[in-house]
Formats: sequence, C-alpha cells, structure tokens
Amino acid sequence: MIINHPLLGPRDSQEFVYLGDAALMNRPDGMAEGALAAFIDFAYLRDNPAGLHRELWYHEQGDRSWLVVTRNTVTHEITTVELARDVARKAGRSK
Amino acid sequence: MRYSGFRVIREALTGHKGWTPAWRNPEPQPAYDYIIVGGGGHGLATAYYLAKEYKQARIALLEKGWIGGGNVGRNTTIIRSNYLLDGNEPFYEFSLKLWEGLEQDFNYNAMVSQRGILNLFHTDAQRDAYTRRGNAMIMHGADAQLLTKEDVRALYPFLNFDNARFPIKGGLAQKRGGTVRHDAVAWGYARGADMRGVDIIQNCEVTGFRTENGKVLGVETSRGYIGAKKVGVAVAGSSSRVMDKVHMRLPMESHVLQAFVSEGLKPVIDGVMTFGAGHFYVSQSDKGGLVFGGDIDGYNSYAQRGNLPVVEDVCEGGMALMPMVGRARLLRMWGGIMDMSMDGSPIIDRTGIDGLYFNGGWCYGGFKATPASGFCFAHLLATDTPHKTATAYRFDRFAKGLMIDEKGQGAQPNLH
Amino acid sequence: MTQDNRISGGQIDRSRPLRFTFDGIPYTGHAGDTLASALLANGVKLMGRSFKYHRPRGVISAGSEEPNALVELRSGARQEPNTRATVVELFDGLQARSQNAWPSLKFDALAINDRLNTFFTAGFYYKTFMWPAAFWEKVYEPIIRRAAGLGSLSKQDDPDEYDKGFLHCDLLIIGAGPAGLAAALTAGRSGARVIVADEDFRMGGRLNAETFELGGASGADWAARTVAELASMPNVRLLPRTTVIGAFDHGIYGAVERVSDHIAVPAAGKPRQILWRIYTRRAILAAGAIERPIAFENNDRPGIMLAGALRAYANRWGVAVGKRVAVFTNNDDGLRTASDLRAKGISVEVIDSRTGAEVIDSVGRLGVKSITVRDAQGTRTIAVDAVGVSGGWNPNLSISSHHRGRPVWDDAIAAFLPAPDGPAGLTSAGAAAGQMSTHAALTHGAAQAAAALSDLGFTAPAADLPPAEDAPVSIKPLWFVHSGKGRAWIDQQNDVTVKDVKLAHQENFRSVEHLKRYTTLGMATDQGKTGNVIGLAVMAELTGQSIPQTGTTIYRPPYTPVAMGVLAGRSSGKDFRPTRLTPSHKWASEQGAVFVEVGMWLRGQWFPRAGETTWRQSVDREVLQTRKSAGICDVTTLGKIDIQGTDAGAFLDRVYANTFSTLGVGKVRYGLMLREDGMVMDDGTTARMGQNEYVMTTTTANAVPVFRHLEYCRQVLWPDLDVQLISTTEAWAQYSVAGPNARKLLQKLVDQDISDAAFPYMACGEITVCGGLRARLFRISFSGELAYEIAVPTRYGDAMIRELVAAGQEFDAVVYGTEALGVMRVEKGHVAGNELNGQSTALNMGLGKMVSKKKDAIGVVLSQREGLVAEGGYRLVGVKPVDPAKPLTAGSHFVATGKPATAENDGGWLTSVVYSPHLGHSIALGYLKNGDTRRGEKLRAVNLLAGTEVDIEIVSPHFIDPEGERLRG
Repeated sequence: MIINHPLLGPRDSQEFVYLGDAALMNRPDGMAEGALAAFIDFAYLRDNPAGLHRELWYHEQGDRSWLVVTRNTVTHEITTVELARDVARKAGRSK
Repeated sequence: MRYSGFRVIREALTGHKGWTPAWRNPEPQPAYDYIIVGGGGHGLATAYYLAKEYKQARIALLEKGWIGGGNVGRNTTIIRSNYLLDGNEPFYEFSLKLWEGLEQDFNYNAMVSQRGILNLFHTDAQRDAYTRRGNAMIMHGADAQLLTKEDVRALYPFLNFDNARFPIKGGLAQKRGGTVRHDAVAWGYARGADMRGVDIIQNCEVTGFRTENGKVLGVETSRGYIGAKKVGVAVAGSSSRVMDKVHMRLPMESHVLQAFVSEGLKPVIDGVMTFGAGHFYVSQSDKGGLVFGGDIDGYNSYAQRGNLPVVEDVCEGGMALMPMVGRARLLRMWGGIMDMSMDGSPIIDRTGIDGLYFNGGWCYGGFKATPASGFCFAHLLATDTPHKTATAYRFDRFAKGLMIDEKGQGAQPNLH
Repeated sequence: MTQDNRISGGQIDRSRPLRFTFDGIPYTGHAGDTLASALLANGVKLMGRSFKYHRPRGVISAGSEEPNALVELRSGARQEPNTRATVVELFDGLQARSQNAWPSLKFDALAINDRLNTFFTAGFYYKTFMWPAAFWEKVYEPIIRRAAGLGSLSKQDDPDEYDKGFLHCDLLIIGAGPAGLAAALTAGRSGARVIVADEDFRMGGRLNAETFELGGASGADWAARTVAELASMPNVRLLPRTTVIGAFDHGIYGAVERVSDHIAVPAAGKPRQILWRIYTRRAILAAGAIERPIAFENNDRPGIMLAGALRAYANRWGVAVGKRVAVFTNNDDGLRTASDLRAKGISVEVIDSRTGAEVIDSVGRLGVKSITVRDAQGTRTIAVDAVGVSGGWNPNLSISSHHRGRPVWDDAIAAFLPAPDGPAGLTSAGAAAGQMSTHAALTHGAAQAAAALSDLGFTAPAADLPPAEDAPVSIKPLWFVHSGKGRAWIDQQNDVTVKDVKLAHQENFRSVEHLKRYTTLGMATDQGKTGNVIGLAVMAELTGQSIPQTGTTIYRPPYTPVAMGVLAGRSSGKDFRPTRLTPSHKWASEQGAVFVEVGMWLRGQWFPRAGETTWRQSVDREVLQTRKSAGICDVTTLGKIDIQGTDAGAFLDRVYANTFSTLGVGKVRYGLMLREDGMVMDDGTTARMGQNEYVMTTTTANAVPVFRHLEYCRQVLWPDLDVQLISTTEAWAQYSVAGPNARKLLQKLVDQDISDAAFPYMACGEITVCGGLRARLFRISFSGELAYEIAVPTRYGDAMIRELVAAGQEFDAVVYGTEALGVMRVEKGHVAGNELNGQSTALNMGLGKMVSKKKDAIGVVLSQREGLVAEGGYRLVGVKPVDPAKPLTAGSHFVATGKPATAENDGGWLTSVVYSPHLGHSIALGYLKNGDTRRGEKLRAVNLLAGTEVDIEIVSPHFIDPEGERLRG
C-alpha cells in the first residue's frame, strides 16, 4: 500500500507501523470518576468496521509522524491522511 | 450412507451410481430450537456436536455462501495443543483428543495426520520459554519434548545449521501435533450433522436478529425470517459485522492473514515446523505442496487478500530456515480474515441478549480448535454453562483483568 | 538424434545449435527454441506423467499455461522441479529429466493407478482408509505421500543469488503482444514513463506464432520493429523474460525477471532472478488469451494439444508436431491452424463440431495413433500422429481478478471477460479484454493506453497502426463430448475428468468452490488456466444452469508459480536480517570474544582467556573478578532517548508508573513503564540532565517500541505538551564499569572529580574524559556493585573501550559479556527479559509500590483490575536448590513436595537460572503463586521435559548484598 504522507508525499506502507483504530487517541482521564469502565472500553472494544476506518499509522522509518489514515477496510483505498497531532488537537486533546 | 473401503469398492464396480449427496439442501423451516449462524468449521462442528452429543432436535445451520468457506477452507491445516496458559491448554488438548478420534466418529477420512510439530528456538530466552511451555503442556496431560540442535539436525538435516543469522539451538516438539485435510473437516461435520437431522441451509445470509425484551426470537435472513429458541453465532472473520446487528462492539479487529502453497514436491518435510527467528511455518501436504505461512499483514482488513511485504517476509523466513526452498515455486497465495482478539485468545460465551451466544476471536489459530470449539459451543448452547475446558473464554475477562495472553502483547490485536 | 520434425521457417537461429539432454538422452535444438519445441522437433512427445493416474503425457500448450510437460531442470543444487518445458528457453548443456515416473517415463510402475481408476474417483480417499484407525498414518498415508508430489527438491542449499528492485512508471503494460505493443507505442510517444513486461523471451506474443501480415510485414517482423522503436525511447523500459505475478494495493505490481534462467549458470555477480516491485499510476493488462481444449475420451494422450499451440510450434519454432494431423474445433480459429499447417505441407483433417462432427476417442498409449470421429456419416477411425483441439479462447484475465473481482460472462466469445471491478487503475486491452482479432487488439491497445494517459494528463498522439486481420469470432460452444464410458480429461495435471465433476454433482458438491476442492479441479500448478471453464460448463449442464449462474473461480497471485528464492531476495543466510555491531565489536573480535545474537545486535557473550575450556570458566571469572575488583561491559545496545522541553517532567510522570518530575537535576531514577493494559512494558533508568532535559534508557529489546510509544503519547495523546524526543541509541557508545575499583578505574579517565561526595549513588552529569572529550556519566548499577555507565560519542567507542581496558590493567579489571551480566543481575534480583514477558504486572515483579495512584499515568488504571491484584497471583521470588550440587533449569515449574506434577499443582515457574560463582550453586528467579508470603518454603522445581526435579527453597530474590551497601560504596 501507499500512504500519502501529508508532509512527505506518497510513501510505501512498509515504512510505517500500524497501531489501530484512531479512537485510541481518545484516552480517558485516569483520575476521573468511573475511569476503570472507561479504560476497559477504550482499551478493549473496537468498532472494527467493514468500510471506512480511521486508523493510526506511525512513520517509523521516516519522520516519526503519527498519522490518521482514513482507509476502506474492504478495498484498502485510502481517502485521507492527516497528522495525528492535528486530528488530536481538533478533537480537543491538549496537554 | 456409511463410508467404507468396501463401499468404495462396491460403488467402483457398479459405476458409482449409489453415492448419495453428502448433505441435503433443505428449505428452511419456519422455526427451530437452535440456529447456528455460520457454516465454517466451527459452526458445522457446533451443529454436529449439538445433534450428536446433546441430542438436540430441530437444528438449523445458516450459511450465507457455501459451507466450509470460512477459514476452515483457507488455512494451513495444522493441529497441535502446545499452548502455555491454563486458560488455553486444557481446551486445545481436548481439541487434539477429539481430532484423534474424529474420523471414526464422523465416518469421514479427514486425513488427521499426527506427523508432529516442531517449534525451533534460537536463543536461550526462547529455550527457557519453551521449557516453561513444554512443562505446562505435560502438566495438562499433553505431550512435549525438548530437542537439542543435534536432535533437530537428525530430523531435518537440510535446515540451515551452519550459515544462519540466528542459528538453530533446538526445538520444542509435540509429536501428537500434525495436519488435517481442512476441507474434509467441514464436509465430515456437515455430512455427520446432516445425517443427524440438522438442516444445513446454504446461500442464506443472516441480515438481522429479532429480539424482544432482551431475548432472541429468531433471525432475519435473505430467505426470510426464521424463529429460534437459541441462536449461536460462529462467523469468524465477520464477527463484528454480524454482532453489530445487535449493537455489540467486540474486543477484536479483523485482519488479513496470508497463506501459501508451493507446487507439488516429492516428500521432503515430514512434520510441521516453525521458525523461531522470523515469521515462517511450514508443513507438506499429502499431495506434496509445501503449505506455509507467517505473520498477518497487520492492518485492519476485510479484503481477503494481502500485500507483497508479508509475502516477501515469509519467503525470507523460509530461505533463512531451509535454503533449498529457493528453487521451490510458490504456487498460490490467499488471504483470510481473522478475528484478532485483544489478548489473542477466543471467546465462547453468552451475550447480553438471552438466547444469543457467541463464538469467535480465534485469531489465526482457529482451525486446530474446530472440534473443541464446536463441542464447547454446543455444550454452552445446550446447557447454558461453559464446558469445563472453556471456562476462561468469557467476554468479561478483559474487565476483570483475566486476559489469556500467550504472547504477552497486550491489547493490540495485530501483535498476537 | 536428428530433428526429424523440424520444418522450415520460424524464429529460431539455425546457425546456433544447442545441445541438451532429456532423461539422459542427448538432443540438439536451436537458439530460440524452448525445451518443449526442441523436444518436439526431435520427435519426443512423451514428456511427463500425470499426478494421480500416472498417465503418459505430452505437451499441450506453447506457453505458461502448460499443465503436463513438467520436468526437473538442471542438476545438483540447482535442480528445479516442476519446470514447464514450454517456457524453458533452451541453452547449451541444458539437462532435463522427467518426473513422477518410476522406473522410467515409458514404463511407470504407478501407471497401475490408471488401471484401477474406477476406484480412484474424486474424493474416494475421504470415504476409506479409516480402519483400523492407526493404519492411516502407518500404512495408507506413507504410500500416498510417496506416490504424490511431482518433482523433487535437491535438499541442498540454493546456490544462486536473487535480487529485489523497485520501479516506478506512469503506465505498466502487462504483455507485449499486439495490444500491448500498440499500447506501448502510444504511451511511449506521449512521453509518459512506460514499463512493458512480457513473460516470453521474445516480445510479440501471438504475432510471433501467426502467419498473417501487419501492413505487409509479418507479424513477427512488425513486433520486432516495434520493440526496437520502444527500446530506443528513453521513457520506455522493456522487461522481457519478466512475469507480472500479481496486482497488489494502490497500483503496486509484483514482477519476476528471469535474468539468468536462460543460461547454464548465472554470470559472476549476477542474480538468477529479480523481484521487481513496480509502482504504477495506471496499468494495462494485455496478456492475450489462452486457448481451451474440448474434453473427449482419452483426450490426454501425448500428441493431442491445443490447436493454437500446434500452430505456434509450426510457425514460430519450425516444428511439425505430426505429419498426419487432425484438428478438432468448435470455432474458426481452429480452421486457421488447419490452413497454416497445410501451407507447410502437413496433411490435416478438420473435425468441426459446428457441422456435427466430434472426436469421441483416441488410441495410442505413449503417443496418439488414431482418433475416432463420429459425424453424420457414422463413426470412423482416423490414423493421426497429432491432434489440435480448439474449444475457443479465454481472455487471460488472471491478474484482473487478483483483487477478487468476479469475471463476467460474454456469450459472443463464449468466455469470461475481466471483472469491471478489478484492481483500481488497471484496464484490459486486446484479447485479454475479449478483443480477439489482431486489428481489434491493436486498436484497442492503443485506445486503452490513450484513455489511461489522458487520465494522467498526457496527450497521446494518434497511433499509426498497420492494417491487420479482423476476423470475427465464430464459435459454437462445445465443452465436452457426450460419449461412452471412458474418461475425458478436464484438468490434465490433477487428473480430473468429466466423470469426477458428475460425481461431485451427484454428491452435492455443486458450488464452484466445492467442485474445485472436492475434485481438485484447477488446483494444479497451472491454476486451471485451460481447464476451469470446462469444469464449470459440465457442472452448468448438470444443474441446468448457465455457466455464469454456476459461477466462476477467481485466480490468485502469483500468475505463474514463483521461485521462493526470488521472493526472499538477498535476505537469506547471514544476511537474513541486518547485523548491528556495538562500538567495541572490533576490539572484542580481537580478543576472541564469543558473540551472541541479541535482536539485530551482536554482543560479546563472554571473553575467553587462554586455558579456559568451557564457557562457565570464562563467565565465572568475569563475574568473580567484577565483584572482586572491576569489570567493563559494553551496554550500548540499551535504548537511549533524549527527552527535552518544559513539560518533559510531566510527560515522564505520565509514561512511567512512578514519578519523575520530582527528580533532582543531576539525579537518576529507576523507572517502570506500563502498557495501557497495566502490564509492565519496559524498565530502565532515566536521568535528569537539566531542568528540562532527561535521558531515558530502555531495554535493548524495547528500544524501538518504547520510542514509538513515547511519540504516540506526545503527538496523539497530549499534543500540546512541550516535549521533544530523539533516539540517541546509535549516538552514544556506553560502557558499564562495575566493581569495588570502578571509581578508581574511571577516575583515571574522567577529567572531573567523581568521588562519592562529588558524584554519589544515582548521580548523573555531563563530564569530559581523556582531557576534554564530552561524555555522560551515570552512577547506576545493574550488577549490584559500585558501578557507573559512561557514554561517549559513538565514534570514540572503540577508543574508549581500549582506554578503559588500559586503565583497568592495574586492577586486573575484566571485560564481561552478556552471560556475566545476566549472572550478576540475577544475583542482584533485577528483572530482565525473562521476567518482562508482557504477561506480568509491577505487582508480579514485586514492584507494586512503584505504581503511583496519585497521578494519571499510562497503565495505572487497568493495572488495578480485580484479576490482576487478587490474592494468589504470581510474585517474583528467589530460588535456591536445597542441595547446592543440584543444577536448576529455567522453565521448570514449582510443585509442592509430595504432590503430583499436574496442572492443579502448578505453582509457577523458574524464569531465569544462572550459576552463581559467588554462592557456588545455581540460583533462580521465578514467578510463584503467592510468592511474597512463601519465603523459606521448600518446594520442588520440576522439569518434566528432562525428567528431573530438584528440591528448592524459596528465598529473597536479592542473593547478593540485599541492603545495597556495595553500590553505595
């Protein structure tokens, strides 16, 4: 596969390491009430869709960017590639 | 019809006119006591044991395509019970014991062949881990042997002993491991279930579950609604898609695993062998093909096909282990969809809906589990209690911290 | 032997005779021959035996679809089983042998199977061989295994090299027949980057095998001219002898170039084959079409072949396979074979099924002698020595279905066309797309190229294509001849006959997939390129459905079988994986060190000295001398990560279970890193080098994953934290100096004062050594001794080890390897790889108190789940044998004394075992259920694999200096 890195352009997916569903950026607050249940859901349950999937890839043999790749799990077509940091900020993650 | 050598001879002499369908093609009835969703190996085995061991009447098995088209139809045919953890080993040993009597039990020659499996190790740490594992296996009643490098050389002199990047130091062997003709497993169970009255309904896709007050009433299918008292789902590869119909999120991801077969070759590898310094395992089929595989591609996929990097990685492992295979030709590669669970171990459990049961999360180890999975799922369906060898395969093990993580990789499915 | 069947014409070089042998008999052929054409020229029709019935077989095709003529090529370590004679380019000295026949190809003992064929129907083995149960593995299966298989491997290491390469293009054209060449011309002239790959050694495809003209030139001449023009274009790369094996995601194609298969031995430094990964923006499948036979009784005899192949052997290779030929056809293309052969003076009789005539049987065990024809006049026998059969042509769509797109049926040509939903960016052209005439192929190839190029923004000039034949397809489908009780072959290699399909139907194996799997139709090395559609047609007739209703099977990569060697490339032997060497490697090699693989690294395992004959002697000395005086060890392989920024401390508090923001500048702390699921991920020390500057170390194994994890935390979880990371593992050469004299030794090299007062336990700092070289010093200890780790820029690593050793001479300092390191860490009770197994929590390791619940760190919440904190869990313990003379074995399990060694009594296991030269006996660490409360208890360590057990006592895991006085010394 080829991942069109937003900074570096098209790169073979072999340069990247896959993590999983981009929902893994929604780490719950460990100090909040009900954190245990939230963490169990966060760590263990997945939507696992057949179709569009937003997922985290890491450009390990490249610039070390974490990316959010939107890819169809049925056709493997990639529609968008974003820097995960930008996506995380947009989702309200900060410090 | 009972199969036997005499029958084969009689039919041969009378023009093969007497062979009857291996299973019927019945029309679905309006309702059943039990519906098994999924006509792969596990679903077929479940239907078979439900009918045979638990004597349940009115059982239907629904398959969206053709039976045996699940991962039982595309795997590397290995059976073994060389697991480490208490949650797994009794189950897989139970499965191996079922394999050992399977053909006589269902009157079908699935070519269960206990040619032995050998897991090679290349470091002291791997040796220590295999020693731990081998002891655990024996303590659970399975067989295991630790082989030295010289033992391995005597078995397979053509391995790369002298020019290896990661030299072979020995191996953990299980003699009772081996291979089975995978399609025949599906057909044997199907025929056995059909003979015991199970309606095997092909080309019948479950499109939804009808429930009322938290209880299942039946299933919507491409061939109409079918009522059922209990519904068991065994649709590995499609688990998340099917359970999404009742809004259940599962602790798993779907990944593609590629497998490979070479052209037919005269016998050269007797048993099953796994390389310990890369992703490669191999056996040779009775037809002569080297059947081999390696790691999953590593990204979520429902595409049933993989990509070159893993193909190359697997062949690199093959060449590193046995450099003679450079001149063997890879004939076919194919991809199957694996339910990669969060700890690498399966689930056989009830769901939050009364009467709806789930079997899945087999990662890429489901084939060897087929008999015990069917048996234990049938047990759960019939008795509402887990079979004694499958008590750990619960949904709530993640919430409780009771993961069964053989590889120690944690909640990242593509590493299991 | 003379080439009796050689006739005039063809594209062989008669001035270059080539000698070769088949089954030891010498023959000659010519440059331009294939092994098959040369054998046929020499009158050899019998080339192999079938898989199941061991039927005598000859070649049926002239291409890679060949199911029958498989040979073992070459000899010795280069022996190459199952090689299709039809694609082997003849070279001088070629050796080939028939396979799957014993004692000889002509007299094969297992041909008895053919006599017994009525027993060996599809799937017979599923119904028998079950009694007695033990007989399957002991009796039946060994016989079957020996009989099965085709050719054999040499069991010797493949001596050849393979390469891999990467190519990029705008347009990849797969196949260089008329469509492919027209596409290539169009694309080449547009300026686009073009790659043309063809499996043949001579580009041109069918143009080389036909007699018709293209604009007045022969097809072969036009092809040669076109190829020459393409070769002159700098933007076009021609890859002959190159098979595109598969379509992968995003326009990536795999291709195998056979660089040296057409010569006896690869030239020095040249690979045998190259695997190309071709990155394309568009691709055109112009792979032509593959003829299919018509099944009739005994249609598998040597000499019965595809009509188009018969024609190709005559036209391209100047070989008349027979002198009295029959052509059995259901379409006009078969007639072309007849007319071409007649033009060469060969007598041909045509049996055209469209007129109601059919071939219903043949005679001739080792080569066809006659056929039986049934027509309106009745039944007659015709003496023949070759038969051409044409059942029509299937578009060669294999690659178009590699993404599992389903081919679609076309009644006009009675064949499947490529799937409309094939791989993105791939279109088909010419016969591969059902455009069967030469004119259609040329114009379609050009048009498809123009369309693809226009998508990419190139302007393709109108192609100047020569006029060419444009005969319409005229076919009346006939799949198999309904006749008699004999067998009509569909899949010749796997011996699948019409009867087998009928039996599959009778037994309800009616789905295409069931049919294929039950009968093995299409599972042979040709993937059913010639036979699959016939099998479908038989099933369709039996079920009363059309062929498309019955279904289709899709093809899987590779297009043709591929040597595993080329898929591995250069990653074999010692080069299987890269080798990383530590900065002291050169020095260590000079000392005669024994090295061990640690991941990709090679590390010194021990450093033998003169007179030491066992590894234990060396290791014991290294340990004792380190504890007695001083030892030096290369610890460069540990991961090193510089962490900087105003939020660096806060960041570390989140990624470590314990706290780092409170660590003083100039101090080091041991850190425990958890995975989010609460298991220990890694451990190591992190030093605070400045207010906003930390240096983290990781274990060797986890250097890469930890760095990846930290980047994830930094970029994804907390994107606004001011923290920067860089991996410096390769930037610093790092040595541990341990032992009572460590300080004295180091002080000789370090420019600053490192007295205990100036540089106390767990201090760290930037220093200089040897008069000004910048370095980092950490007073940390893995061995339990007074110890330091000193880091210098990697390029000084070699000098540093030499300086350290020289400085250590007066103390009799040793250099120690990973074994001694392991002994000392077990003596000290430190966890390492065997304990950090990914299945263990901090609590399991006896480090539960390090997990701070006052802050939100990765893994803390889930580490507190009930099952992970319950009583009865594993706890780290120390283990010693009750009898000091008894050795312990890692992986042994704890079992209570007097209890049987069964799972119910399994108390845990010994994780790490070493011999402690200090204590004079084996010691171990282990995970024992409730281990923290069981100190002093006596148990057994059972190793059932070896049949041994040792009485042991549970002790503290700190065997040496439990109070830590030494390291503070």
